[in-house]
Amino acid sequence: MPGLWGPAYDDSAMINKVYPSPQAALDGLIRDGLTLMVGGFGLCGIPEKLILALRDSGARNLTAISNNAGVDDWGLGLLLQTRQIRKMVSTYVGENDEFARQFLAGELEIEFVPQGTFAERIRAGGAGIPAFFTRTAVGTPLAEGKEHHDFDGQTYVMERWLKADVSLVKAWKADTVGNLVYRRTARNFNPMMAMAGRVTVAEVEEIVPVGSIDPDSVHTPGIFVDRIVKTVSEKRIEQRTTTPRA
Amino acid sequence: MPLTRDQITKRAAQELHDGFYVNLGIGMPTLVANHVPAGMQVWLQSENGLLGMGRFPYDDEVDADLINAGKQTVTAVPGASFFDGATSFAMIRGGHIDMAILGAMEISEEGDIANWMVPGKMVKGVGGAMDLVAGVKRVVVTMEHTTRKGEPKIIKSCTLPLTGKACIDMIITELCVMHRRERNGRRRFEVTELAPGVTRADVERATAAEIWWSPELKTIQT
Repeated sequence: MPGLWGPAYDDSAMINKVYPSPQAALDGLIRDGLTLMVGGFGLCGIPEKLILALRDSGARNLTAISNNAGVDDWGLGLLLQTRQIRKMVSTYVGENDEFARQFLAGELEIEFVPQGTFAERIRAGGAGIPAFFTRTAVGTPLAEGKEHHDFDGQTYVMERWLKADVSLVKAWKADTVGNLVYRRTARNFNPMMAMAGRVTVAEVEEIVPVGSIDPDSVHTPGIFVDRIVKTVSEKRIEQRTTTPRA
Repeated sequence: MPLTRDQITKRAAQELHDGFYVNLGIGMPTLVANHVPAGMQVWLQSENGLLGMGRFPYDDEVDADLINAGKQTVTAVPGASFFDGATSFAMIRGGHIDMAILGAMEISEEGDIANWMVPGKMVKGVGGAMDLVAGVKRVVVTMEHTTRKGEPKIIKSCTLPLTGKACIDMIITELCVMHRRERNGRRRFEVTELAPGVTRADVERATAAEIWWSPELKTIQT
C-alpha cells in the first residue's frame, strides 16, 4: 500500500527499531551506576512498563533524572522501594513517602532543580550546549556556588547541561523508524529527554507504519529514538478532580 | 471585616485583563479562576505543558493524559495548546506570561519571596516557582497576612531560603492590598486598599516591615 506521504515504502527493508517487550527493549543497555532520564510529570506520561523492566533488571546505584519520583507503589517509587536509585535529580518529590524516608535517613542523594532550569538543562544536553545562563534562582540557595554573569544590567546564573546514558520516554504513537507523537500533557519532559539520552528507548501505545504520520505532525524526529516498544498503559491518575454535571 | 479566602481571590481577579496569559499557583491562587469576569478571555497556563486550561472534567471526560501542574485532571478550552516543558518555561522565563498569582510563606519589604522550603523540615522541591517569579512580567501574591501562629509574613528580610529576589509586585491579603513602589532608589510596599472595617493599626500590627501608605487609601471592593 502506498504511504500517505510519498511513494510506497517497504517497512521490512528499513532498520526496524521495534522491540517485542520492555525487557527486550532494555536488553544490553542496563548496568549498575547508570544515569537515566525518565519522562513524565507526576504519573502523567511516564514510561510505566520500562520502569517495571528496569526494576526487574536489578541494576543498582542508579542516578535518575526525572521531574518527580512517582508515588510509593508506581512509577519511579517502585525503584526507590527496591533501593535501586542512589541519586535523584528532580524538581518536586512531594508525593512519595518512601522518598522522604530514604532522604532523611541519608540513603538517597537529591539534587533539586527549578523546573524551567531542569527542562532547559536537558534540552541543552540534547542540543550540544554545555551551559547557559538564566535569571531563575539568582539570590537563592540553588544558585550558591555557581558562576554568575551580568548581561545588560541583569545578573544571571550559569547552569550546566544534563545528559543520560539511557533515556526512557513515553509517547502516544510511533512509527517503526522512531518518529514520535505525544498526547496532551503527557508530552512534558519526554521530547527533551529523547534528545539527551545516548540511547533512547520509547514506550508507546500504538505503532503505525512508516509514512502514516504526517511529517508536519512529528513531535520527536526518529533520529532521537533508538528503540521502541508497544505496551498497554495503565495511566494511573494522582488527583482525580471532576465537575459534577448540573 | 477581614476578607475571606474567596474574597481575596476575587480581589486578585480584578487584576486580570482581557487576553491575559496567566499562571495560577497551587492552593488559594487556583481559586482566582472562579472569578474571571464573564465575557473576559483569560488564558490559564499550566507549566506542565498546557495553555488554555479549563474546568475540571465531567466524570466521563476524565483523561489521565490531561492534568495541570497540581497533577489534577483538567480540561482544555477551545484554542488551547499543548507543548513540552522547555517551551512551557520559555513562555515563563522569556517574559511572555502577563501575570503569575502565587502563595508565599514570607515576603521581605523589598519584594523578596520565600515559599519553597523550611529548614529542618522535609524539602519537597521547588517545582516551577523560581522560574515564575524570575520570569513573569507581574507577580502577585495572595496569602494570609500572618502565619497560623499570628506571626507577620511581611517582614524586613526573609528568614527562610529565598525563591526569588525583589520580584513581588503586589500582595493581596485578608487585611489589605499592597503595591511595590520605588522612590529615591528605595523599594517598599505601599498599602493602597484596606479591607472593609480594617484599620491602619490592624495592618501595622500584623506587619513587621517598613510599609508606605497611599495618600488615596481606598476600601477593597469585592
